[in-house]
Amino acid sequence: MKQTDAVIRFEHISMQFPGVLANDDVSLEIRRGEVFALIGENGAGKSTLMNILYGIQTPTAGSVYIKGVRVEEYDPKIVIGQGVGMVHQHFMLVPSFTVAQNIVMSREPRKHKIFFDNAAAEASVRALEEEYGLVVPESVPVEDISVGLQQRVEILKALYRGAEILILDEPTAVLTPQETDELFAVIRRIVQEKAMTVIIITHKLDEVMAISDRVGVMRKGKLVGVHETKDVDARKLASMMVGRPVLFDELERTGLVGDPALRVSNLQVCDHRGLPAVRNLSLELRAGEILGIAAIEGNGQSELIEAITGLTPVKSGRVEVLGKDVTGQDPGEIRAAGLAHVPEDRLSTGISAAATVAENLLTGKQREPRFNRFGFHQNRAAVRRYAEEVYERYDIRGAGVDGLAGDMSGGNMQKLVIAREFGFDTPVLIVSQPTRGVDVGAIEFIHSRIMEKRNQGAAILLSSADLDEVFRLSDRIITLYEGEITGSFRAGEISKEEIGLYMTGSKRQGGTAQ
Amino acid sequence: MSEFEKILSTVFSVGTLQQMLRSATPVALAAIGGSMTEHAGIMNIGMDGMILMGAFFGVLGSFLAHTALAGVGLALLMGVLVGMFFALLVVRYKSDEFIIGCALNTFAVGLTSYLSRSYFGTTGTKGNPALPALHLPFLNKIPILGPMLNDQSLFVYLTWLIMLLAWLFVYKTPYGFWLRASGEKPDTLRTAGISPKRMKWIASILCGVLCALAGAHLSLGHLNGTFAENMSNSRGYIAFACVIFAAANPAKAYLAALMFGFFEAIGLRLQGYVSADLTNIIPYVITIIMMVYVVVRKQQRKKKAAPASA
Repeated sequence: MKQTDAVIRFEHISMQFPGVLANDDVSLEIRRGEVFALIGENGAGKSTLMNILYGIQTPTAGSVYIKGVRVEEYDPKIVIGQGVGMVHQHFMLVPSFTVAQNIVMSREPRKHKIFFDNAAAEASVRALEEEYGLVVPESVPVEDISVGLQQRVEILKALYRGAEILILDEPTAVLTPQETDELFAVIRRIVQEKAMTVIIITHKLDEVMAISDRVGVMRKGKLVGVHETKDVDARKLASMMVGRPVLFDELERTGLVGDPALRVSNLQVCDHRGLPAVRNLSLELRAGEILGIAAIEGNGQSELIEAITGLTPVKSGRVEVLGKDVTGQDPGEIRAAGLAHVPEDRLSTGISAAATVAENLLTGKQREPRFNRFGFHQNRAAVRRYAEEVYERYDIRGAGVDGLAGDMSGGNMQKLVIAREFGFDTPVLIVSQPTRGVDVGAIEFIHSRIMEKRNQGAAILLSSADLDEVFRLSDRIITLYEGEITGSFRAGEISKEEIGLYMTGSKRQGGTAQ
Repeated sequence: MSEFEKILSTVFSVGTLQQMLRSATPVALAAIGGSMTEHAGIMNIGMDGMILMGAFFGVLGSFLAHTALAGVGLALLMGVLVGMFFALLVVRYKSDEFIIGCALNTFAVGLTSYLSRSYFGTTGTKGNPALPALHLPFLNKIPILGPMLNDQSLFVYLTWLIMLLAWLFVYKTPYGFWLRASGEKPDTLRTAGISPKRMKWIASILCGVLCALAGAHLSLGHLNGTFAENMSNSRGYIAFACVIFAAANPAKAYLAALMFGFFEAIGLRLQGYVSADLTNIIPYVITIIMMVYVVVRKQQRKKKAAPASA
């Protein structure tokens, strides 16, 4: 019988939100003891489907069967009782509580019926650790442990509640490559040794290939295909996700490298705690080239970029844009000198979520004569014309230029930021995390826009946590470790494996370190 | 010099300490209640109004039923209702807690003054049945501590019990964990299958009850059956300061309230020598100093804690 090995069965699930059909007649079976990857672009409906399974949302049509039993009432409490656990993308942990207190929450061991038994809580966590080979510091507050460990706490929490089916929502988005490897080892172990079922939501295709047995692809609310992972490759999956062929081919490079456009000399910058973050760093960026920064998060790249763009004070050293000393000037003055900046966090610094798309696109250009009458009266028609033109050209998809920027998906917000910053036609572009959390289709689009700018003669400084991105776009790559340049390479000169040694400081080039 | 010595001996006397406990108790009760809402993630600025209502309905109950205990009962009942009303607006209908708190304070002044006039004909009343002070003869054998603790209203002793229970509840029971989680990370509680809203409701009602108790003590215990217009006299705000100062720890909030009680007592004792207008500002000056301390401490902690994460 086919149904016996189906631990989860979705039958004709539809989910109608106001104006959006998030799930459209989805039928899917998850088998016991497999790692099932669910992939799709942002807004394709994967999270909605998993929220239905976890009982957070009630579908408008269709049914879910857990271990052959139909779910009658969509309530996390009931679903947890049936052995479903979920590790959310944003961790569901109370920062000030200890690891053990977080794990036992809602099923606390008690003394005299009413008191929380901390010793018993820590003992049962230790027992779990031994059973699953997942070590965590039981009595340390969660706010004091690393993100990788926090995720482990989340997994243990699900196991403590008796989960046999584990849903992981974008589990690697916040992890370092090493932590990702550890997570995958854990997944393999619990699946093989404990016969657990793991559903992993992701849009990183190489991870799908690495960890999953089967993969389901969602697009615009529909399940467009389920395959054995061994029968497909990343390119095919990408095309299925986007609905058209995605060509991650070599981007065309044209144009000549010109004069130095950005020069940083002996720069020292402190972080927000006052500790040195950038140490005596010098670099030169020329027109028509992309210089990529490869570094593990927290090694000074953010502070370097903030210092160049005037967002953080420079302790000592010099920053020159087109030969003009801009050290210590405010962001507006630096921009006027010929620099534009795509900040790393689009929500907090990239856009104003409460303003409309048109207003966001205008930001920084509001004083230009074409948008003004008499210097103070905004020319609405001109603003609108401009915004609509850019909206079109950058393929932004949302509720139009009058919609709120904060209501758009992450990918479209990012396109909005890129559209605005690239629209300044400045000779120097500082681009930070241009495609973080953005889906494949948008990545392809943004990459080709960046390359287009380069070919037109812009000098581009690129910082990205995604090493593939750095390799794909850069003409030159520098590695940063603890605020110092540990290596400087031409593209193609070095492999990803080797560059990792420079990023972790275990190797450095003789002359460039100081 | 003898004048100065006289001042000193009045200020530093057993009477001052006794006065300290009397003055601290209403603030402490409200602050323990405020610790509950604070842990549930609700900034409760409405405690002053809650105290005032407790004070009025305490006196009203005492006046109508001719016994102070009935007054306490009525105050408690109204405390539950006010807490539920607050939760209804803030938790259920998600109104801004700051605005609702302010509105509650203004509303309480208006309501109690109006009702006072309709029941008593004036904006205040006194001489209603009050809570007796407890005289425990054996206590007087202990020097200083004995007279300080003796002849106090029952509420003074009751507050210690309430403080202990509140502390145990918040830090030693699973329900306290849920309460704190409901304020710090409500989604975590929700995904664990427990309703954070329910915890917020419970916290609001507890706060309403404890503030009502604070008010009842103020009118029936502290002032022997007296109600006067706006008699809470900003104690709710001072209680709020205590909550912030104590990081919502009920035991520390009690100690903070004790400190206010001490300065209020000194102020009262000094009134024979200095203008009352001047001495009355002492508790508020202390509030400002305490809040400055809280901010400084927070910044220092931020600096210290920063290098840990990676």
